[in-house]
Formats: sequence, structure tokens, C-alpha cells
Amino acid sequence: MYDPTVARLTYRALLGRRRALILFVLPALLLVIAAAVRLLTGADDSTAEAVLGGFSLAVMVPIIGVVAGTGAIAPEIDDGSVVYLLAKPIKRPTIILTKLFVAIGVTMAFSAIPTLIAGFILNGNGGQLAVAYTVAALVASIAYAALFLLLGTVTRHAVVFGLVYALIWEGLFASLISGARTLSVQQWALAVAEKVTGGEAVTSDVALPTAVILLVAATVLATWYAGQKLRSLTVAGEE
Amino acid sequence: MTTLTIDHASRWFGNVVAVNDITMTIGPGVTGLLGPNGAGKSTLINMMGGFLAPSTGTVTLDGDPVWRNESVYRQIGIVPEREAMYDFLTGREFVVANAELHGLDAAAAARALATVDMEYAQDRKIATYSKGMRQRVKMASALVHDPSVLLLDEPFNGMDPRQRMQLMELLRRMGEEGRTVLFSSHILEEVEQLASHIEVIVAGRHAASGDFRRIRRLMTDRPHQYVVRSSDDRALAAALIADPSTAGIEVDTQEGMLRVQAVDFGRFTALLPRVARDHGIRLLAVSPSDESLESVFSYLVAA
Repeated sequence: MYDPTVARLTYRALLGRRRALILFVLPALLLVIAAAVRLLTGADDSTAEAVLGGFSLAVMVPIIGVVAGTGAIAPEIDDGSVVYLLAKPIKRPTIILTKLFVAIGVTMAFSAIPTLIAGFILNGNGGQLAVAYTVAALVASIAYAALFLLLGTVTRHAVVFGLVYALIWEGLFASLISGARTLSVQQWALAVAEKVTGGEAVTSDVALPTAVILLVAATVLATWYAGQKLRSLTVAGEE
Repeated sequence: MTTLTIDHASRWFGNVVAVNDITMTIGPGVTGLLGPNGAGKSTLINMMGGFLAPSTGTVTLDGDPVWRNESVYRQIGIVPEREAMYDFLTGREFVVANAELHGLDAAAAARALATVDMEYAQDRKIATYSKGMRQRVKMASALVHDPSVLLLDEPFNGMDPRQRMQLMELLRRMGEEGRTVLFSSHILEEVEQLASHIEVIVAGRHAASGDFRRIRRLMTDRPHQYVVRSSDDRALAAALIADPSTAGIEVDTQEGMLRVQAVDFGRFTALLPRVARDHGIRLLAVSPSDESLESVFSYLVAA
């Protein structure tokens, strides 16, 4: 189910490309904002919530998910080098699962850890905000990585579609239409965070059972389908 | 003994038929897949390598289907045409990774790198490699598990003559060792130099099959077109048409030349200078006007 060589190649491809800069820039930006806000306004729960919810969870986590999820496979499919993985006696779902683990790991590392640090900078984990949003970021990382990894196997424009989903659907539609919130990774993650922290720090519009079912279903289905896509991936020649 | 069998395989993309009802068997030794660009060679190789499902028909390796069957890669080594190959790794890291993916260790990678003479540059990043070096590292990655079948898509593209010779030597050796080696090319001379057996593909169809002598004969026996300029075109035309090796002659007075259609290549090439000498006619220019590979191939398809 996990191939260390595939994982190593994926890590190096992910962190070795120019795109990887975003993985460092966004968390750095979050920390700078957190520090600036703390210096200017002091420790304030509602400001902390605005930064962690409005920037960290709503913008940074999905974008890092897009970069890590699509970046774990799309460039290899694009340039054809995926052939070297596929022409091996390794089950295709193993390749997908390994890449999923790497994408989840990278998304968590570059989104959850900075969120926790930023939370402590903003208000010293007052009202358990830092922990709540870190939990949300960890949970969201799993679903984002799976969804964007799938996007990377089905379309050449995975990054664009990924950003459209993350920013337009979750950012715009979900804030305007309550029904759209049910289909939002961000809300699912908040529901889990709400439960973990006792419902004081964060709230979600989606009930916990619904959120958990949708989270698991989306992750499992996306991963299964990505494995199927890879099994029948056509590597076209240059003719 | 490993045999790739293609049985009535076709592949289409939308309305375009890339491979049209091809049946062939590729056995041990070196086989050349010859055809002009766009003939469907890559499509066929991709089907043999399990990267493309046949729309109809089957592709099997010793009886097992190749499509959606990862276990065939224990026996198949693939050298793709595309250049991309984890440029951020060194040659050694790349080949070691390929060995590990086969469940082998670094020693297997070292052997493969030695086979292609790439030890001297194995610690350089692939991004810095020349085309020929890339090709050799690709070869090493395909050889790392000692496969009985080797599929190479246009392996000589962009190689300089020395690299070409080295690779030919290597492939020849692989063939002699009893491996099934198949490579594609659009250059007759390449195929002729290396392959003991040739399969010709034109416009998605299987146009000819056999050893290179048979293919060569098919190619030289076709009607040839020549453009001839001489000191007396009309007299030369009259003398040539009398011989059965000439099927037709057009005297182009505007351009000042003859267009000759010869049916017997060997006889015509001997006849022309003799006739000219006997009639005291000076030949100013003799050039074949349809030597393009496409015209050779289209003749083969019609034949």
C-alpha cells in the first residue's frame, strides 16, 4: 500500500520545483500577519479568529492542498515521466496511495504547523483557538490532498480547477449560499474541530455526523477513482 | 523465449484510426518497426507496453494480456521516446530508483549503468545531460531488471553518429543474448543496419514484414521516377522507350528535361548510361524524383 521509492521521488519532485516556493511563502505570510496583528492590536480573540479562519483555513490550507495534491502527480503525467513508475510491477493503487500520503504529509506540515504557531502568536491559544484551527487544518489537509490528487490525474488544468474550487466555491459560494456549505471541506473540518475543542472556539454549519461521512466518503472515493484513472492512464506518444 | 503477440489490434482516437487491424508476432532477436512519422508506430509500441488499450483485438506477452497487467513489467523494459525523466535526480539516483521499484538493490543499478557506459557521469544531475546521455540512462533504467523484452520508441532520434553506433552495438548484443528487442524508426538505414527482422507500418496498417533483404527488394523493385537532363532529350527518349525497363517518358520542353518512369530499377540504371554513350548523348543530370520515404512507403501499402 506504500512504496518508499515512490514516496521519495514524490517528495523530491514536490519540494524541488519552483511551485514549492508557495509552500514556504504562504506560511511565512501567515506568521508575518499574525505577528503584525499582535503588535498592532494586542491579543484579541476575534481578531485571532478572523486571521486563522479567514486566511489560514480559508485561503492558505486549500492553496497548499492544491499545490501539494496536484503537484504530487500532475507534472509527472504532463511530461510523461510517470511512465517510469507505471512500467513497474507495482499496483497502481499503491502508487496513488503513496502519493496521497506524501501530499497529506506535505499539506499538514506546511499548513497545520504554521497555523498552530500563528495561533499562539495571535492570542496565546486563548479560547483554544490555535488548537481548534490546527485540528481543522489537519483534517482539511486529508480531504484537500485526496481531492486535488484526483484532479491531478483527470485534468491537465488541475491547478486551475483546484483553485476555482478552493477559492470560488468555498470562499464565495459557500459564504453566500448556505446549501453550498454542506459541500465544503472547510466546513467539514470545522465540524471536527468544533467537536474536538468542545464547541467553544469554532463552529460549523454542518453537523458532525454529516461532516465525518462526507469527509471520509470524499477522501475514499477520490483516492479510489484516482487509482482507477491511473490503471487506465493512456500515455500518448508524441506522434 | 518471450513472444509479444499482436492479434488483429486496432486503436482509434475519436474518428482517427491510428492503428488498423494489425497482426504480428515479435520474437527473440532485434525487430525494427519501420514507418514514416505519424504512421502509428508509437501507438503500437504504447499498446505493446501496456500504456494504451487496443480498441479491438489483443496484445499479449506469452499469452498474458499486457493491458492493465502490472506483472508484465517484470519481463518488459521500456525506453520511451519522451525526454522527461526526473531531471532533478542524478543519473545514478534515477537508475537506483528504477531498480528499487523492481524490488532490486543499488548493485543492479550499478550493473545497468556499466552496461550503457554511463558510470563516468552517473553523479551529475540528469538536467545537465546531453540527448545521447539521457538516452543511455533511459536504457539503463529499462535494463535494470534484466528484462526479456525491450521496447524502444525512436531510440536513435537526436543521437550523434558515435552514440548511434554504441546503442546499435548494445541492442545487437541484447538480441544475440536471446532477448526480444523491438525498436521503432522512420529511417530505413537505421533499421537495415540493426534489425534482422522488419515490420513496416504505413498509415496505421501493416504494410510489409520480413527480413531486410525482402523489404529492400520490395522497395527497389517499385517503379522509379527519374528526372534526366541531356544534350539531346528527344533522341535519348526515343532510345530509352524502346527498352522494356522504361514504362513511360515525358519530354518537358519548357523545363528542358525528361521525366522517366522506370519499372525495372536494376536494368534501367545499367541501360541509361549505355544508351547515352551509344547515341553520343551527354547526360547532364540524372536524379530520382520520388525517393522520399513517404513515396516508398505508399508504394509498399499499394503493393
